[in-house]
Amino acid sequence: MSQSKKFINNPKNIVPEVVEGVVAASLGRLKRLDGRNVVMVSDLAPGKVGLLIGGGSGHEPLFAGFVGKNMADAAVAGNIFAAPTPDLILAATQAVDQGKGVLYLYGNYAGDNMNFDLAAELAAEEGLQTRTVRIWDDVASAPPERFTDRRGIAGDLFVIKIAGGVSASCLDLEEVTRVTEKARDATRTMGVAASAGSFPETGELGFELPDDEIEVGMGLHGEAGVARRKIMPADELVDFMLERILPDLPYQAGDRVALLVNNLGSTTMMELLIVYRRAAQVLAAKGIAIHDGVLGSYCTSQEMAGFSISLLKLDEELERYYDMPAQSLSFVKAARKAA
Amino acid sequence: MVGASLTVDGAREMLLFTARRFVEVQDALTQADRAIGDGDHGVGMARGFEAVQRTLESTRFETLEALFQAAGMALLTSIGGAAGAVFGTLFRGGAKALAGREAFDAQALAAFLQGGLEAVQKRGNAKPGDKTMVDVLHPAALQAAALQGDGQPLGRALQALVETAEQGVEATRSMVATVGKAKTLGERSLGYPDPGAISMAFILRFMAEYLDSRETKT
Repeated sequence: MSQSKKFINNPKNIVPEVVEGVVAASLGRLKRLDGRNVVMVSDLAPGKVGLLIGGGSGHEPLFAGFVGKNMADAAVAGNIFAAPTPDLILAATQAVDQGKGVLYLYGNYAGDNMNFDLAAELAAEEGLQTRTVRIWDDVASAPPERFTDRRGIAGDLFVIKIAGGVSASCLDLEEVTRVTEKARDATRTMGVAASAGSFPETGELGFELPDDEIEVGMGLHGEAGVARRKIMPADELVDFMLERILPDLPYQAGDRVALLVNNLGSTTMMELLIVYRRAAQVLAAKGIAIHDGVLGSYCTSQEMAGFSISLLKLDEELERYYDMPAQSLSFVKAARKAA
Repeated sequence: MVGASLTVDGAREMLLFTARRFVEVQDALTQADRAIGDGDHGVGMARGFEAVQRTLESTRFETLEALFQAAGMALLTSIGGAAGAVFGTLFRGGAKALAGREAFDAQALAAFLQGGLEAVQKRGNAKPGDKTMVDVLHPAALQAAALQGDGQPLGRALQALVETAEQGVEATRSMVATVGKAKTLGERSLGYPDPGAISMAFILRFMAEYLDSRETKT
């Protein structure tokens, strides 16, 4: 089995060193919580509902890269591909709570669900109020009638962006939860993988795909997808994926969307641009307007070759929060110029 | 009879023995997990039981409930992932069922397993047949409940559970994972035992070994 080459130190120190890296790159805007694997903003915007995100490590820049102004207040990092522990989530909850409660926002995976639920119970025992929104944007991971079995993938970015905007607007916890759920429910994603990422601790590949095959819908940890195909032209593949994403909500003529073409690890910007171009053509042909387009690495699985396409359907309310300026290490949104 | 029941301090010794044995077998668990997961189960469980060891060695416990609660908290805060939540919940849920009991005997074992099973199922929604540790815990809890009326000593009850547990592990081979991380493999998980089920069986086996070692000494 081929071993990956990675630029790391002791594999046991990967997570804390990533946390230190995010803090160092923030130039003072972010800090580490008590030497633990939590990244948080150095100065909490006063009076807001806390927004806490997190999950297993190895998907950088998710989640710590999305902590910042008008984004999340803190991110809790678990071990590689493993949910963080409840005591760590509780410590982060206490750190971001300003008496208005804390929203937990994370991808829908068994380990994350259980650990965040445990933390919510521990927080309740201490008199802290929390709400939970689980992101389940991956249309390939379960049919529409079992949408709560779906996993959270790159669409996390859009939901975190909206939640960051609404929580920064000092609304109460119920309102922050409502708008965040609305953003979650308007987001859909599908991915495709051409080759596996490796486990950084062992260097071993997570799965094997034949040289000439791709798997549409494969998850971030090599979860089985919806279709294994011979490698095909990019346009054909994008059409295939959008034929499954668009009817799922559905996204239809007259809608305005944000479009994300996300690199799952080692796919080139050259390929992402070719994919984005085709997605834009298909949306235009369907009469769907692109309000904003995002391209790059936002939710990865080590050196997995592949990409995902995410859509967020905007209405007036979501658009307001989507357009708010934001500053985090890995997602920055400038103020919109007046027309 | 020595193997009939344990005091709080005896139960603490049993858990310390179990923790030490877990650290010894982590490589076997890692191997089992490589086939079906990302190979981190053994390392995670060993990290958890090292934390149990540290907690139990440095504290004295007045009650069984506090003892098992502390072990659960140590697992919960050190393993992470689904395994940490599940095994931490097993000990914490089991601890609540031990409230008011002074002796860890066959009845207490049955109460612990039943309380743990209920808490784990509530937490993770896993049913028997889902290829998880519940496929060992569920039959073990049923059998412990059936045995407790027979007036069996604790050591004998645990011996019986070890066999049931091993059958439970074997049964997971022919199951397709539908919850947790191994769900990601779907049909590809067929033929391999579930690492969490192996860990659950180890807990029962190491408890039995401890009782056995006490009997041999006398």
